[in-house]
Amino acid sequence: MRPLRAAPLLTLLVLLGPVAAGLIGTVVPALGVLPALGGTRPSLEPLAALVAWPGLPGAVGLSVTTGLAATMTSLAVVILFVAGWQGTRAMAALERALSPLLSVPHAAAAFGLAFLIAPSGWIARALSPWATGWDRPPDLLVVQDPCGLAMVAGLVAKEVPFLLLMTLAALPQAQPAQRLTIARSLGYGRVTGWLKAVFPAVYAQIRLPVYAVLAYSMSVVDVAIILGPNTPPPLAVQVVRWMADPDLTLRFLAAAAAVVQLSLVVGALGLWRLGEIAVGRLGQAWAEGGARWHGDGALRGVGLGVAALSTLAVTGGLAGLAMWSVAGFWGFPDALPDGVSLASWARHGPGLVAPARDTVLVAAAATGLALVLVLACLEAEHRFGLSPGARSLWLLYLPLIVPQVAFLPGLQTFALMAGADMGRGAVILGHLVFVLPYVFLSLAAPWRAWDVRHATVAAALGAGPGRVFWAVRLPMLLGPVLTAAAVGGAVSVGQYLPTLLIGGGRVQTLTTEAVALASGGDRRAIGVTALAQTGVVVLGFALALAVPRIARANRRGLRAG
Amino acid sequence: MEGLHLEALTIARGGVPLLALDAAVAPGEVLSVMGPSGVGKSTLLAAIMGTLASGFSMTGRVWLDGRDITDLAPEARRVGILYQEELLFPHLSVGGNLAFGLPRLPGGRAARRARVAAALAEIGLEGFAGRDPATLSGGQKARVALMRMLLAEPRALLLDEPFSRLDAQLRAQVREMVFARAKARALPVLLVTHDMADAEAAGGRVVDLG
Repeated sequence: MRPLRAAPLLTLLVLLGPVAAGLIGTVVPALGVLPALGGTRPSLEPLAALVAWPGLPGAVGLSVTTGLAATMTSLAVVILFVAGWQGTRAMAALERALSPLLSVPHAAAAFGLAFLIAPSGWIARALSPWATGWDRPPDLLVVQDPCGLAMVAGLVAKEVPFLLLMTLAALPQAQPAQRLTIARSLGYGRVTGWLKAVFPAVYAQIRLPVYAVLAYSMSVVDVAIILGPNTPPPLAVQVVRWMADPDLTLRFLAAAAAVVQLSLVVGALGLWRLGEIAVGRLGQAWAEGGARWHGDGALRGVGLGVAALSTLAVTGGLAGLAMWSVAGFWGFPDALPDGVSLASWARHGPGLVAPARDTVLVAAAATGLALVLVLACLEAEHRFGLSPGARSLWLLYLPLIVPQVAFLPGLQTFALMAGADMGRGAVILGHLVFVLPYVFLSLAAPWRAWDVRHATVAAALGAGPGRVFWAVRLPMLLGPVLTAAAVGGAVSVGQYLPTLLIGGGRVQTLTTEAVALASGGDRRAIGVTALAQTGVVVLGFALALAVPRIARANRRGLRAG
Repeated sequence: MEGLHLEALTIARGGVPLLALDAAVAPGEVLSVMGPSGVGKSTLLAAIMGTLASGFSMTGRVWLDGRDITDLAPEARRVGILYQEELLFPHLSVGGNLAFGLPRLPGGRAARRARVAAALAEIGLEGFAGRDPATLSGGQKARVALMRMLLAEPRALLLDEPFSRLDAQLRAQVREMVFARAKARALPVLLVTHDMADAEAAGGRVVDLG
């Protein structure tokens, strides 16, 4: 049983090894040391060069403002909606609608949103010319606006489903129904009562996901390339541009900027923590103040409205992508194209076969490895009676909180120094760092909730630990295992930066192909590619749902859970 | 010594003594352990099974038919257990559940299938091999759970309040079936319950942990 005992340690190594190595590989060149490029002595030159870059204040400002705005808006939408609608049918309906949206890749959602809100997008078309008088797309910079508003909208549309599902998972422990009933019987309005009596307990549980959203929103690259401003872009995008520059000396500048990006995220997290304390204090005073009613009816309406809007932004966007992928001629104010054809699929489809194959290959390998490690960890936990504490949850979230752009360049630099060939294998290990936490988070709860008396009964029937695992526990938990695999696959398919930086541009997936189309503006190619990207993810979830249903068509006891 | 012997068994949680018991259960005898919930009845059974959770510690020895099983793995002890819930494996058919408990036999698949069919007939469930356990009635499930355990040929039987979920009529019926079969196989039985009627029906000695 030795290997099993080592599983948690090995998992930690796979998870945090690349993060630590990458951070070192980023910080050292930022201090001027990179022998392969002639940097042998520590100096502050890279930092000085960065400070001298005129775009720096703008890039830094964008990272901070868009990140904070996206996080605060997403959190506010989720809180307002759950506060107003917890336990209602509207809530259940939106939950069902939002869960699949969680799996839509960021890049596809961002393109979809762009297709909706652009001056020549569906919204403008629907209103033209009868309401707007436009018979030509207006010359407005809606997408890639200099303030990053479109980018914030894109992030919010994708982060709302994530935070909502995290909140719903945390909710039962806060005994929301009882607390709300007590608050309402004391005369509190629905929203006010929820915020005062339930929210504090819920927030304590979703703090880590919120931090992950903040760090992600501040340092996101693919969404920023698609929806964000260009001159200057947010800092993370600039790091990637410098990394991709043929002039290798710009790597020093990239490393310095990556270190600044990391400090920005750390600083913002600190600021957020201070904000939590301040809001906590104010909230306590507010709760003790005894006010019963704060326009609860209006707040409920707003909560439902914004939650529905964010759902529509993603589903409408996907519909837009689908429409463009089959559109024939489509003149401006027309709401629908003149004709529908598969010409775009015939033209761009063959070129997507190879990237699709690599996408599936990398996703399957990374997810498979993640599943093995996660199952080994959970089984070790069960067999050796380990009880993971709060610290292990932090470690799990660490790769989601340390910005990708702060440590992936370092990994690439290491490879450059070692002259290593960064092929698919390295990309798979890179994806594993991000896939593993999600697989663990998805599988741990159902795995631990399994009634261990089944194991005792099986042991009493003569089954050893191995047989209990393979013949009882794993088959009983097949559904959650496949769902976790689908979540892992979705995370892998959506990865842009690890594929780009670790693969050194030589591993092409549907995501890198799609993002590369952003500057071209060929809507039909974008529609086909982004839809293919989404299709791979959807296929994974469909399989995860269908396999247990087909294999277990006559086992009612497994479908209840 | 034949039967189940708990020799100076003590169980502590985090160093705090929880319970102590010294008892011998002869083959065919039923020992009822009574006490309100929270007194550690299920912990006692976990200690005998070898599945004590971390945080608990025990001293003393557990003997079964003259063999010291204290340090054996749960699957090597040949101690059977029935819980309040039947805990039939939902992913297996009724026949599959019984086959899970059946040791390896000479004669391969056909022999196993025949043995399972015979076992089903014995509990009045002929032809149920292919059924989904979730479609059985409460009494049928209880019979399958008992037969599954007996097919594994245990040398002792532990009962963790196995009747408390059944309604009054079914309860007497299932209780009688379990005790009769345990007696027929000369199994020492340890019954844990908070219901005096169960202990009385068992007809053996009663130990009160409360």
